[in-house]
Amino acid sequence: MTVDDPTPVGGHVVVRHHRVGVALHRLADGDAGVQPLLLLHGLGECTPPVPPSHLRWPGPVFGLDFTGHGRSTIPAGGGYTSEILVGDVDAVLQHLDRPVTVLGRGLGAYIALLVAAARPDVVRGAVMVDGPGIVGGGVHPGSPALLRPPDSDGPPDPYALLELSRDVRPPDYAKSFADFAAQGSDLDTPLWVATVVRPAWIEAILGEPGVGMGPVEEGLATYR
Amino acid sequence: MTVPPGGDRPPTTFAAARAFPGAHRPERRRTVCAAGVGLTVWELGDEDAPPLALAHGGFDFAGTFDVFAPLLAAGGWRVVSWDQRGHGDSDRAHLYSWEADLLDAAEVISTLPPGRVPLVGHSKGGRLVTHLCNALPHRVSALVNLDGLPSHRAMSDVADHERSRQLREEMGAWLEHRRSLGERERKPGTIDDLARRRGRMNSRLSEDWLRYLVTVGAEESADGWRWKIDPTMRMGGFGPWRPQWSLLQLPGIGVPVLGILGLDTELMGWGTRPEEVRPYLPAGARFEALDGVGHFVHIEQPHHVAELVLEFLA
Repeated sequence: MTVDDPTPVGGHVVVRHHRVGVALHRLADGDAGVQPLLLLHGLGECTPPVPPSHLRWPGPVFGLDFTGHGRSTIPAGGGYTSEILVGDVDAVLQHLDRPVTVLGRGLGAYIALLVAAARPDVVRGAVMVDGPGIVGGGVHPGSPALLRPPDSDGPPDPYALLELSRDVRPPDYAKSFADFAAQGSDLDTPLWVATVVRPAWIEAILGEPGVGMGPVEEGLATYR
Repeated sequence: MTVPPGGDRPPTTFAAARAFPGAHRPERRRTVCAAGVGLTVWELGDEDAPPLALAHGGFDFAGTFDVFAPLLAAGGWRVVSWDQRGHGDSDRAHLYSWEADLLDAAEVISTLPPGRVPLVGHSKGGRLVTHLCNALPHRVSALVNLDGLPSHRAMSDVADHERSRQLREEMGAWLEHRRSLGERERKPGTIDDLARRRGRMNSRLSEDWLRYLVTVGAEESADGWRWKIDPTMRMGGFGPWRPQWSLLQLPGIGVPVLGILGLDTELMGWGTRPEEVRPYLPAGARFEALDGVGHFVHIEQPHHVAELVLEFLA
């Protein structure tokens, strides 16, 4: 489903990310002259059936389900990292084949930062908002307990819930990605922090060049 | 007899390659299901002997222990090794991660009789078993780390801007790799071809040994031999991991520790120096630095390393 595909609003297509099928949902049509808004959900969530009512975006709105969530593939045996979810988004960006603005909740906010750094020429602004998984696993590994999640078919995959909630996010690591986004984008503020909760990885990027801060509406207005 | 690959000589046959002196295939094979991923477990030695778990390195497989493991078994151990996910005869997985490898290892260990077992690991396998000493202390009686101790220096000597540049390049290369995967397959070739290719990463190992490895770690189809390892795996990748996180797992280990380091640096090794490891060793740990030996200490000097391990575990 590219932006011009006839997939109806409320429908989805499956984009291949190697062995995983990533569900890409079309949530709203809009002015085709405006770049699409791509929603990245929080940990354990999935793409909502309609765009949140408080979001005003004049262009098309899409959302993807991360691996192990929603209508995307649930892999056997876990192995989740934030970096692999960046691959999910990258596969969708390649599929859409045009610049997008990204709005990430919780875990999706962290992924939005990484994707904005990885593809600064395609991501026309990444807005980060509160949601499940915003904190991650802290700034360094915790006690090395080996935990298996309870048996459950999902979605969401219980391995995703467990492993991605332990995902380590060192501040200097996050800051590097903010630097990449600022250096690679032609936007003045390619990153926008709209979170109330500010774990160390967000504190590390606040005040960096190219990082704006304020309400989500203001952030989205910056990129429309 | 070592015969140069290529040239006018006929291709090495399976039988000739398999006849490596001192190499023995494991006596028993079974499968452990780790949350839906089938792990192939290999065993050697008396079934009633005390078990010893043996973890291979990244891009290796349990068959790389085919000379070393029989020496441990002859010393009275039931040697249990396994192919990590995506390696050797184990299943290819959707996802790969350090956490997944740890849980897989724990699943294999859970199939051993109750009680503590010695853990031996090479390279990445050394890191794995070191981590398990902290995560499963009730299951571990001793640790042997074979050239699997990362170097703190590897990162601390790198300037911030250089580290940042490396991260950006790694991220870009990793994403391009992900985009290019498709239905990728390993390149086919003769036994000699595959041995020669592996020799680029294992330059210190003999051609005869590399050809032997092909007969175990590769499979033959109509168009030739291919390594079994998941073709989607690649060296490197990007992530937040720091080598010091592994080093910091050493001081708190409460069981006897033997660390063995090869002092000759090579592509697949960590380049770790003894003085970087010693401050992190737990009290009473034994440490052996082998001069004139590379990363694959158990392959270059199987008898000497096996003697060290057996004496340590006695």
